[in-house]
Amino acid sequence: MPHDDHDHDHEHVHHEGMSPSGHPYRADQDEPLTYWQTMEIAVRELLEEKGIFSAAEIATAIGRMDARSPADGARVVAKAWTDPAFKARLMADGSAAAAELGCAIDALKLVVVENTADTHNVIVCTLCSCYPRNLLGLPPDWYKNRAYRSRVVKEPRSVLAEFGLALPDSIRVRVHDSTADMRYIVLPARPAGTEGWSEERLAALVTRDSMIGVGLPHAAA
Amino acid sequence: MSKQSETDLRYHDMGGLPAGPVERSEHDYALWEKRVDALMVLSTSRGLFTVDGLRRAIEDMGPDAYETRSYYERWIYAVNRNLIEAGAYTPDELAARMEAVAARGADYATCSRAAEPSDA
Repeated sequence: MPHDDHDHDHEHVHHEGMSPSGHPYRADQDEPLTYWQTMEIAVRELLEEKGIFSAAEIATAIGRMDARSPADGARVVAKAWTDPAFKARLMADGSAAAAELGCAIDALKLVVVENTADTHNVIVCTLCSCYPRNLLGLPPDWYKNRAYRSRVVKEPRSVLAEFGLALPDSIRVRVHDSTADMRYIVLPARPAGTEGWSEERLAALVTRDSMIGVGLPHAAA
Repeated sequence: MSKQSETDLRYHDMGGLPAGPVERSEHDYALWEKRVDALMVLSTSRGLFTVDGLRRAIEDMGPDAYETRSYYERWIYAVNRNLIEAGAYTPDELAARMEAVAARGADYATCSRAAEPSDA
């Protein structure tokens, strides 16, 4: 089952060796210590001892990042679907509009690209892993790996088809290559049959993959 | 001017190159990976170095290292290089501390515990 298809209204079934979100844990705590883990511990301790960061500040930074998830982006999308004035501000200055909803974008420039009846957008960072982490949390592994970064700019329709998104030739596909200081996020098209829905109900349709552009929002049930 | 060949590209500059199918793997980040992320976020917010510094170190690490190390292994390598350049600590201090950390035990939880009095 794809990650975004979990029904969060139902109790999760925990498989052995899988986390509550349904992913395998990355081996770390009970595997032999690696050279790079040793370096992380040493760097952290040196910085703490020299008073550059405190342990509490590191824990707070981890907590801030853990608290971010695609639900933040979904709130922004749902607001844009229901509030034309907000959508206009979002398209003009994504960082400022997201901040209105309590999503700090920090120093990054956030550019929102809108899917329409004839255009589909998808985002990538070919050079590294730049991602709208303030609105979606940390990126999935595949976003950072060679296959996606290499191919989506050259053969986006094939890549999207691998994600189960087959677009007709009549739809133009635009691929947006992020930079360290400028991040894109896709504003998917509002699903049909959702007239009069609340923002909260609409947000539940918005998947992470639909905001990357490798998927679409859930259809109205 | 001749067209740049693929072999002239830096190894991180992979947009448009041939590659296999997208393996849609995902994992929940391990604590040590989240800590590396936090070290980067805090370092840049304090002005110790910039994201461009992180990128420069990663893009200078060489193609073999880039391909064989995991994402946050590349990051801690680059964070460390930038912090040493910024004068946060010396290479000798790092080497001594890494040796001490590794001597504490066999796994991550044991070796990082000394820095977490709350776990005692």
